[in-house]
Amino acid sequence: MPVTGSALLKAPGVAGFDEVSYEVKERLFEQVKADLRFEDYLYGCYECGICVAVCPSARFYDFSPRRIAQAVAREDVELVYQQMEEDIWECSQCFSCVRCPRANNPGGIILIMREAAINNGMASAKEALEGYTRIIYKIMSTGTQVSPDMLQPDAFPDWGPEVKDVSDNLELWRRATPPETMHTTSMSWDVADRTLVELYLIWFETGALDMIKQVDEGLHMILEELMEERLEEMGIQR
Amino acid sequence: MTIPVAALLKKKEKFERDPQRLPEDFREEVFRLEEEGEWIVDRVPEPFVEAPTKYGRSKKVPIANLWHHKSCGQCGHIPGYSTSIFWVMRKLGMDYNDPRDQTSCTAWNYYASATSNSAAQAAVAMRNFAAAKETGYFPLIHCGTSYGHYKEVREELILHPELRREVRDVLAKLGKPMVMPEEIVHYSEWFWAMRNEIAAKQVVNVDGIVATVHPACHYYKLVEGDAIYDPDVYGGQRTAIVTGLAEALGAEVRSYSTWFDCCGFGFRHILVQRDFTRSFATMRKIEVMKEEANPDVVLTHDTGCVTTLDKSQFAAQAHGRNVGVPVMSEAQFAALAMGAHPYRVCQLHWHSADYRPLLEKMGIDWEAAWAEFQEDLKRLERGEIEFLSWEDCDA
Ligand code: SF4
Ligand code: SF4
Repeated sequence: MPVTGSALLKAPGVAGFDEVSYEVKERLFEQVKADLRFEDYLYGCYECGICVAVCPSARFYDFSPRRIAQAVAREDVELVYQQMEEDIWECSQCFSCVRCPRANNPGGIILIMREAAINNGMASAKEALEGYTRIIYKIMSTGTQVSPDMLQPDAFPDWGPEVKDVSDNLELWRRATPPETMHTTSMSWDVADRTLVELYLIWFETGALDMIKQVDEGLHMILEELMEERLEEMGIQR
Repeated sequence: MTIPVAALLKKKEKFERDPQRLPEDFREEVFRLEEEGEWIVDRVPEPFVEAPTKYGRSKKVPIANLWHHKSCGQCGHIPGYSTSIFWVMRKLGMDYNDPRDQTSCTAWNYYASATSNSAAQAAVAMRNFAAAKETGYFPLIHCGTSYGHYKEVREELILHPELRREVRDVLAKLGKPMVMPEEIVHYSEWFWAMRNEIAAKQVVNVDGIVATVHPACHYYKLVEGDAIYDPDVYGGQRTAIVTGLAEALGAEVRSYSTWFDCCGFGFRHILVQRDFTRSFATMRKIEVMKEEANPDVVLTHDTGCVTTLDKSQFAAQAHGRNVGVPVMSEAQFAALAMGAHPYRVCQLHWHSADYRPLLEKMGIDWEAAWAEFQEDLKRLERGEIEFLSWEDCDA
């Protein structure tokens, strides 16, 4: 029996995502192609697989940057949709794949697909970011992505007993670092209030805040309230 | 099957740059856009060192008056990384600015969660660049991801007028002008440029120390033409960063077959899917290094790589895997070689993999140093001092 293309790929329904109409899938693909980075990230695909050979995620998951570049280059609307629901969150964003001889950036294409998945509130985005939204809260509320007080043994049990040492001694050990900006525990360094508000305004003006709303409405509300207060304190109009 | 690394390297040992492959110099565009009033170019201040990059363009690496664009992962989880960068700069007598008016580049979040977009990312970068310009100091980027991402942002801004317009409008609301640095410079480029000056101030001999180097993906894979490649290091076939410094200090840098592999950080994975990160970091990096090079230390030059390679070993050790090698930045290693205190400056107590055998091999009495540091902590607890100062570091 001849093997059809789709039999080599993941069967739809396996991961339990919603089947949607072709028009919806097409619209999603159009959004991906409309991104200004798209034309710099895809020039066609030789299907040579060099990107797969260097891809860390391909070694540990049923994942292939070639499959992604190929589907997008062939404008395979069905397959692109399937990949947006199943594959894209497995990429490590290391950009080893930019050694592509066709000058593609498969990791970049995946990033654009992820943004489209977020903007459309796709199930894969919500699932992938479950447990991650506290990090979004951290960056939005402190201006820094991670902080010393995240080093809790229950959050990082696999990082060894040193994590407990850090968390037990956190405040003291932070004061025992010489740079004046680093005596903080809830942010990586001491970010000025004004700077933080400026970051918030950037996220607000560029629509990044709306993206957070798609993933976690509760978080979005908390951030809005927090920042409204700060904006008011500083007399800044949005 | 093991990969015949030595034979492959020999085959490639002759290095010639192909002038045909020299891409256009982005700086022409950067200056043209300045002439057109699109932005102000923040020029690399004198003195600077000219460094060769992948395809032959010469890159200006500024030496002094630097605005330290800190890294959230370094300051937050590996504080000895940032502290060592500052300490080495102070030892070489360089004036610098450690700003509070700086945010994370937010690229970690961009790559991890994609809850951002090109306009937001470019505006964050340009806000930080404008903040640097206000101080009169030139930005030096501590994080490999910030560095790689800012170069992506630069390309996007050069290529897309509509993006420039959007970002300019956002910055205008913050009262900030559009500022583009003439060069985007990573701290490890500064260490490479200053390697001989650093070696001249070396007080700890590292001749017998074997190191393996993990080059950071976002340093040399993203906008690759900007990374430093020196014909004298690996025959110009890999970035010279870290290795050039370690060799200048006298350490032996050994190769291993998976040098091109990433560390396994994964951005989202290191936080919420660490089974992948741990497996990759130990099976594709640490174990291969151990088997092929048996290093005393793994040196790297980025936030995520130090964290991943260091922290991933604990669980693998529990499974009896062939791991157990300290991991640190070349900045920390250079600081140790210059006589920095392993705890007050290098803050090694924040690391997981056992670094003590390395210190012993370097002739550093870590027990005495730890006792000194415990005394510091007591002084802090008693309220005699509020913070540890730079003067305390060299007491
Ligand atoms: S994306 Fe590039 S490296 Fe990957 S298969 Fe296509 S041409 Fe080859
Ligand atoms: S960026 Fe993603 S697709 Fe590309 S090599 Fe890295 S993990 Fe693979």
